[in-house]
Amino acid sequence: MNTTSILAKSLPASGAGITGRTNRRRRSFAKSKWPVLVVFLPPALLLFTVLVILPMGEAAWYSFYNWNGYGLPTQWVGWRNYQLVLRNSAFIQALINNGLIILVSLALQIPLALWLATMVTTRIRGALFFRLIFFLPYVLADVAAGMIWRFVYDGDFGLAAGIAHFFGFEAPFLLADRDTAMYAILAVVVWKYFGFHMMLFIAGLQAIDKSVLEAADIDGASGWQKFRLVTLPLLGSTVRLSVFFAVVGSLHLFDMIMPLTGGGPSNATQTIVTFLYNFGVTRMQIGFGSAVGVILFVICVTLAFSYKRIFMRHD
Amino acid sequence: MTDIAAPPIDAATEHTGGRRLSVATRTYLYVCLIVVAALVIVPLVSTALGGFKTLSDLRGNPFGLPLEWQWSNYGDIITSQRYWLQMGNSLLIAALTVFLTLTFAAMAAFCFAHIRFFGSDYLLNYFLTGLMFPAATAILPLYIRIRDLGLLDTYWGVVLPQVAFGLGMSIILFRNYFRGLPVELFDAAFVDGCGYFGFFWHVTLPLSRPIVATVGIISFVGSWNSYILPLILLNSESRYPWPLGIMVYKGEFSTEWHLVLAFITLTILPTIIVFFLAQKHIIAGLTAGAVKS
Repeated sequence: MNTTSILAKSLPASGAGITGRTNRRRRSFAKSKWPVLVVFLPPALLLFTVLVILPMGEAAWYSFYNWNGYGLPTQWVGWRNYQLVLRNSAFIQALINNGLIILVSLALQIPLALWLATMVTTRIRGALFFRLIFFLPYVLADVAAGMIWRFVYDGDFGLAAGIAHFFGFEAPFLLADRDTAMYAILAVVVWKYFGFHMMLFIAGLQAIDKSVLEAADIDGASGWQKFRLVTLPLLGSTVRLSVFFAVVGSLHLFDMIMPLTGGGPSNATQTIVTFLYNFGVTRMQIGFGSAVGVILFVICVTLAFSYKRIFMRHD
Repeated sequence: MTDIAAPPIDAATEHTGGRRLSVATRTYLYVCLIVVAALVIVPLVSTALGGFKTLSDLRGNPFGLPLEWQWSNYGDIITSQRYWLQMGNSLLIAALTVFLTLTFAAMAAFCFAHIRFFGSDYLLNYFLTGLMFPAATAILPLYIRIRDLGLLDTYWGVVLPQVAFGLGMSIILFRNYFRGLPVELFDAAFVDGCGYFGFFWHVTLPLSRPIVATVGIISFVGSWNSYILPLILLNSESRYPWPLGIMVYKGEFSTEWHLVLAFITLTILPTIIVFFLAQKHIIAGLTAGAVKS
């Protein structure tokens, strides 16, 4: 049987529910649905359970043991791993840094993305070209972006050195300085991700009914008034979506930090995931690392649920 | 997540309508856009140009054109085995990941979209929990699981976790699309005596090219760029995908930035070329996951 014959014969058919809601359907095809379920569901279910859900559960289990990964975990230590994590100053720094990334996303990246989105949706020549350019960093791998910016910040060979020499002062090593390293990384985060948020806003702007803006025009609203009183309120759901992705992205941040600083100097640029890697994985501290994983899990789930409940319930 | 009532993001259509802009506005727009574009482009271009320089040239002149174009920097890398090996590893891992993600997710989503069975809602929510946390949270138990399965340091050891963590998003995208297919098709197919398998193969899949492309792009880009899973699950350099390869290369040639820059440029070149060739699909694909799920 081929597609066209089905399409041709589909015309006179009546509109019974495709999900099988009608009794007629359920009765006549009840028998034939089991083979497909038995064949189609297990591969995904098995893979997902074995490699996503079980490891998450095991993380909770291992986190109560002191274990190096060989044999079975036997040395029960209760909540000690959690205490160690929460008392670790590098972990506190990681939490602060993750918060800082979220803050910069809210205060800098999202306004920048919205501003650019309003500019590249105007009628100017080359608007599409600019969109592509702004989106380009998002397509690059985090590792590559981090490596490129490691070069940019390099005090001997990089662009920072070139700029410093041009103005006639000593080139700074931004990534090697505890006080500046995190800010340098924040700049890269904005550079890498603003294009993604801009695309979300472009979609939001395209969805706005043009007649509303024309009505505002007729009422004599200025450009800024139109933006503040018409466009911005209508973009509410996009802003919330954008904030959501900024928060999630901050909690995942790892790939970009590794080539830039690897979490250093002296843990100044750790994020939760780099902390997990540096303290849990490289030292094979399964219990300790699992505790970090569980804390990250709790943070992610709490944020996802509360954010959805508080801000996204109307969307 | 949410449904915002937006059409797919279409970056390739110029917008018409609205008033013509004044010269002053236009100048302002161009100045702003060009400044931001320069901030994006300059690091990339100086990386590519830096690969053509000698180290001392790079030190004196990180921004400008090379004094002498050192084609051998690029030539040596592109003729080296390690470059092609890494690219091949990345391609193989990404291809397997895409194939399995598409197959498993489409099959599962088909059940969720078209078949009512006991517990289907719970099962779907079960898959959706996978969207909430990053792979990093369970990375240590995952490592042990992969080790105990004997898959450590194999391609499958990276592919299977990547597929598993991509399933949640892929299933929801497929399911939403499948549910949007016209109801009449289903009835007609059943009247013709077509079973679920036949319907899936002959009707659903041929009509699902757009969503296959979307999910395929998301999972390909994710796998091509992935770092943390291969970092933890692979040991031999001969199996490293390129993001790991870059880090190793940087480790070996730490301060010889001209070589590192050439290496970075060559590794990101495929991404940039494909992006400009298929920009419309890639932008739509990568943002669809955000907007539609």
